[in-house]
Parts: sequence; structure tokens; C-alpha cells
Amino acid sequence: MADTAVHAAAGHDDHHADHGGHYTSTGLSNNKLAMWLFLGSECLLFGGLISTYMLYRGRHTANLGPDQVWDIPFTSASSFVLLMSSLTMVLAVTAAKRRDDRTTNVWLSVTALLGSLFVAGQVYEFTVFYREGLGYTTSLFSSSFYTLTGFHGVHVTVGVIMLLAVVGMIIRNRIPGDKAEVVELVGLYWHFVDIVWILIFTLVYLIPA
Amino acid sequence: MSDITETTTLGDGHYDQPNEAVKEAVDHEEAVISHDHDDGHWSDLQFVYLAIGLAIVTAIEVALSYMVDDLGALFLPLLLLLMFVKFFSVVLYFMHLKFDNRWFSILFYMGLFLAVGVYIAALLTFEFFTA
Repeated sequence: MADTAVHAAAGHDDHHADHGGHYTSTGLSNNKLAMWLFLGSECLLFGGLISTYMLYRGRHTANLGPDQVWDIPFTSASSFVLLMSSLTMVLAVTAAKRRDDRTTNVWLSVTALLGSLFVAGQVYEFTVFYREGLGYTTSLFSSSFYTLTGFHGVHVTVGVIMLLAVVGMIIRNRIPGDKAEVVELVGLYWHFVDIVWILIFTLVYLIPA
Repeated sequence: MSDITETTTLGDGHYDQPNEAVKEAVDHEEAVISHDHDDGHWSDLQFVYLAIGLAIVTAIEVALSYMVDDLGALFLPLLLLLMFVKFFSVVLYFMHLKFDNRWFSILFYMGLFLAVGVYIAALLTFEFFTA
């Protein structure tokens, strides 16, 4: 143990603690580094999908273009729901940092509920568009639109599953190490889904074709 | 970290009080953790204010989308400006990137700016902006 103490004293510049109390060569949480790297790579995925949509948004049949099918008030309400879910997520993260498990679970559950509401709204919107005649293969516009917003919807769905999984794990006390870091990592993913929607809402829905 | 805060052993196997070197190491570690976790001391209420601000910006965006003809050439720059305000507000404050270690920023912005550069180049290739 004396050796340990000497190492700790002499080598503390090289081995900083991270969120989980483990030692890393960078002094930062490897999990958090990996999450940020993943989110950086996701920018490339959604960048490609948004660019493809921008290129093809004018390639549609005469009466089934963006200006004919969009329901801006409805999509604005969905955007508001997702934006508020970012607030509840950040409140869950601050509660987790205070080690308040009960409040953390409440905010995580509310976030999952708002996320589910957003996905339900997207399913409803897709159904309406389909009934109006806008199928996946109707035009290049419809294909690129459904692919972009569908990918985003899948990300939100995965986020909801992650949120509910974390709630279950906190209740059963199954999270090894730092709970706050786990909640923070899920939070980063959730906020990313929100910022992607901020881009989609403006570039796809609000800017006229 | 708890194993370090424990007392150090002497040659006879007894535990002694933590020595100064160990205390210094632990203090340094806690300072590092504190820096890594620094949330800029934002309270829940401040996050609520920011969310309300973002909701108002969204409402302005939607209002602008009904004023395309009135705004003319101003419409697109205004809408993009509001979009960037919302985007970076969430990234910097909700995602804590403003207060976190700069390596996290480097990793994220590397992907973001690479994506922006690559896809603007792609759109230019397809003459998107001139069309």
C-alpha cells in the first residue's frame, strides 16, 4: 500500500480519475470520449441524408411536393415536444449528479414519454402523407424525405428504449459504477437527436422548396 | 479513488494516517474530477429559462416561414441564423460542451465541420446553389 501511495503521489499528473473512478491515460472518461466521437460520426450520416434531400426536394410530381403536403402547425408542435424533452433530459442529468435517483427516474420517464409522443406524431404524419398518395417510391423527393425523417425517427425510438432501460436499471440498482455518467451519456445522445431535428425542421419544413 | 484515500501501511502492517503526498494526489484528482464535471453552475431554473428561450425562437422561425414574400432576401439568412442559435444553445449548454473538456469539443466539431465541408462541396458539385 505504501507503494500505491507513492505512485499516486508521483504519478498523479499522468493518471487522472474519470467519471467512473477509473484511471485513463487522458484523464477523461473513455465512455464519454467514445460517445462524442460517435456523435461526431453521426453528423456525417445526417449530413449526407440532409444533403440528399436538399438535392432531390424539387424532384416530385406536380401536386405532391413539399409545399402541398407539409402541415407546419402540426410539425411545429412536434418540434416543441422534442425541444422540451431536451429540457427534461438535462433536468434528469442534474438530478443524477445530485444522486437523486427518484427525481432522475421521473425526468427520464417524462423524456421517454415526450420522445414517444414525437415518434407517434411522425407515424401519424407519415400515414397522412401516404393517404394523400406520397409513397416511398412516388418520387425522389418522397424517397429522400422518408429516408431522412425515418432515420431520425429510428434514432428517437432507440433513444426512448435507452431511456426506459436506464430507468429500469436505476430502479433495480443494476448500474455498475457512476450512475450520473450513464445518464449523462444517454443525455448526450438524446440532445444530439434534438439538434438534428432543429436542422431538419428548418431546412426541410420551413424553407420553401 | 477510495483506495487511495485509505491510510497507508507501515512496514509492520499497521495503518497510518494518510500522508501529505497522498492527500496532495487526492486533492489533485478531485480537482480534475471537478473540472471534468464542471457544469458552469447552471441551476435547473436557468435550464428552464433557456428552454423557454428556445421555444420562443422556434415560434419566431415558424412565424417567419409565413412571411417569405414580405422578408424577401432577408428570409433565408434570418431563418438560418435562428437555426444556428438553437443548435449551438443546445450543444453548448444542454450538452455541456461549453463547460466540458476541450477534447470532447474537438471530437464533435471535427465530425460536424467535416460533414459541413464535405456536403457543401457535394452540393456545389451538383450546382445546388446556382440552380
